[in-house]
Amino acid sequence: MNFKDNIHNSINLFRQNKILAFLTMLGIIIGIAGVIVIISAGNGAQSLITNQIKSQGSNLVAIFPGNGEDEGPPVSVMGIVITTLKYDDMKALKDPLRAPDVLDYTGYVRGSANASWQGNKADTSYVGVSASLPFIEDTAVQAGSFFTAEDENGLQKVAVLGSDVKKDLFNDRDPINELVKIGKHSFRVIGVMRERGTAGFTNQDNQIYVPITTAQKLLSGINYVNFARVKISDETRIDAAMDDIKEILRERHSIDIGAPIDFDVRSQRDALNALFKVTSAVKFFLVAVAAVALLVGGIGIMNIMLASVQERVREIGLRKAVGAQSRQILSQFLVETVVITSLAGIVGIFLGIFVSYLLSLIVQSFGYDWTFSISVFSVLLSVIVSSLIGFIFGLVPARRASRLDPIEALRYE
Amino acid sequence: MKNLIKIENLKKHFDNDGVITHVLHGVSFEIHQGEFVAIMGPSGSGKSTLMHILGFLDKLSEGKYFFDGQDVSQLDDDLLANMRSQKVGFVFQAFNLLPRTTVLDNVMLPLMYVKLTGVERIKRAKEAIESVGLGHRIQNLSNQLSGGEKQRVAIARALINQPSVIFADEPTGNLDSKSGLQVMKILQDLNLRQGHTIILVTHEKYTAEHAERVLRMKDGLVIADEKVANRILADGASELAK
Ligand SMILES: Nc1ncnc2c1ncn2[C@@H]1O[C@H](COP(=O)(O)OP(=O)(O)OP(=O)(O)O)[C@@H](O)[C@H]1O
Ligand SMILES: [Mg+2]
Repeated sequence: MNFKDNIHNSINLFRQNKILAFLTMLGIIIGIAGVIVIISAGNGAQSLITNQIKSQGSNLVAIFPGNGEDEGPPVSVMGIVITTLKYDDMKALKDPLRAPDVLDYTGYVRGSANASWQGNKADTSYVGVSASLPFIEDTAVQAGSFFTAEDENGLQKVAVLGSDVKKDLFNDRDPINELVKIGKHSFRVIGVMRERGTAGFTNQDNQIYVPITTAQKLLSGINYVNFARVKISDETRIDAAMDDIKEILRERHSIDIGAPIDFDVRSQRDALNALFKVTSAVKFFLVAVAAVALLVGGIGIMNIMLASVQERVREIGLRKAVGAQSRQILSQFLVETVVITSLAGIVGIFLGIFVSYLLSLIVQSFGYDWTFSISVFSVLLSVIVSSLIGFIFGLVPARRASRLDPIEALRYE
Repeated sequence: MKNLIKIENLKKHFDNDGVITHVLHGVSFEIHQGEFVAIMGPSGSGKSTLMHILGFLDKLSEGKYFFDGQDVSQLDDDLLANMRSQKVGFVFQAFNLLPRTTVLDNVMLPLMYVKLTGVERIKRAKEAIESVGLGHRIQNLSNQLSGGEKQRVAIARALINQPSVIFADEPTGNLDSKSGLQVMKILQDLNLRQGHTIILVTHEKYTAEHAERVLRMKDGLVIADEKVANRILADGASELAK
């Protein structure tokens, strides 16, 4: 019995019991599709993160309130409100003697608000920032101008609109010098940001930028900042600058050397690593789920094959009676299971590619810079894993079949 | 005539978890090439057991078995499978065809375990199917056939390996007398015209009389070995008998 005959046999098995064969394959199909999607999505997510962080410039340092652990994201990101970081702390960082590498800073105060202009409404969010934001974030206005340090100091009620907000409220009209209502307060529009896309989990075009001081006093009613960003003169100076920043903040917060600090200074590189850790953890979890699906699928196949052996005892007896050696029966059943699982694997690969593609379309529709890619590695891995599963879980049924005694098997009712 | 099968004091017992059943108590005889031998005897006398051993489906417990001059008393499982594949063909009472499978594929089954090209397999299978008069049924599924036709397919399958000997264990046991006669005619034809050695187990005296020699068994022993006095010859076979 050669390989072709074995394949022929397995295909006959399918013809005879299509539904059963399909159900058997389902676990493998899901598992393999899962592997493909996980690897594709993992690569997509990581490319997204790196792209975004690169687009914001790599010589930024972020300061969060609260003492985060070194590993994982800062605690304030988890939604815990900490009020210890003040805007004056930021101002103190711009000290050419104590922190010579700090170029500039901006604080951030965020909140959501309804904005309206002449009956047009936008469900949006405001962000109070420093006048230096365009410099820090490497962006610029497309019309008008950004607010100045004077506006900031004078708590001016001026606003710069994100491009989406501008569209929602003014459509094609010129918004400059119009009065926009943010919550209960009127702000004069002085500029419109150029399109920026999505960063992290916020759409930067659906934001209104106002002076941080005005935001603290009028909109949020707080005296602290949510977080801050500092631009460093050169990438190679980041570590030194971070030490300087920590030193200054510790002094301002009267924290002894060695005592736990109540703020958290992180470079973009740290942020990247933290995000990679999160995505890797999610990836690991999903891989575990896929592995369980494959295991369950494998056990399912083994059971079906055992049942099939039981059903075909007389056939096996006959094959032996007409001259089949044990190992020929063994290979017949092994090939059968491998064919089934490989077929399931192939279906799973196509399903996985399809789902990954859908996923990329969905993510892209939210404005993220997500690249759809399927690695050759994941396809090869899937092919190998699915046939390996067939081999491993086919072994028990195939051995059982091959060990049947021809006379007893022929007598079997 | 050349000696094809020779057994000396052959014994067989079964050991089922320590429960020992002695079935054959020392059987000796010789069968020549081209002979047509019937084995008769009451139920449980050990006919099938003997036939399984002669046909390499089972191992003997004691004694000697020579096939074609070669000592085959102690073959291992793989060698037994090779002997089944190359030297013998079986016809069973219960037909044992693969269900939902064509006549052609059924007949070709033994060839799956020998090295042959697909074309050669089909050519041989067609010839075998023609020789049992079922050329018009070649693509029918096995379950679409009558009992007699099924048994003829089984005979074609037994012939396909060009075996030295054909074993038939009550081949007419499940058939009406007309189909049974047809099967016997084919077997007799194979023996008389083509010189096949045939060993047949049967309960029926009438069926046994198609053979030229009868071995009578009782309680695991051969108690008589006699020539058939008035051999029944199927239609058209008479002029071939010596
Ligand atoms: N695997 C086995 N284990 C134990 N005893 C067995 C086994 N196979 C056969 N026997 C016993 O051996 C004896 C002979 O069996 P066998 O099948 O050879 O008889 P037989 O002559 O062919 O009978 P029948 O005409 O009914 O087919 C019986 O008593 C049977 O119970
Ligand atoms: Mg019997």
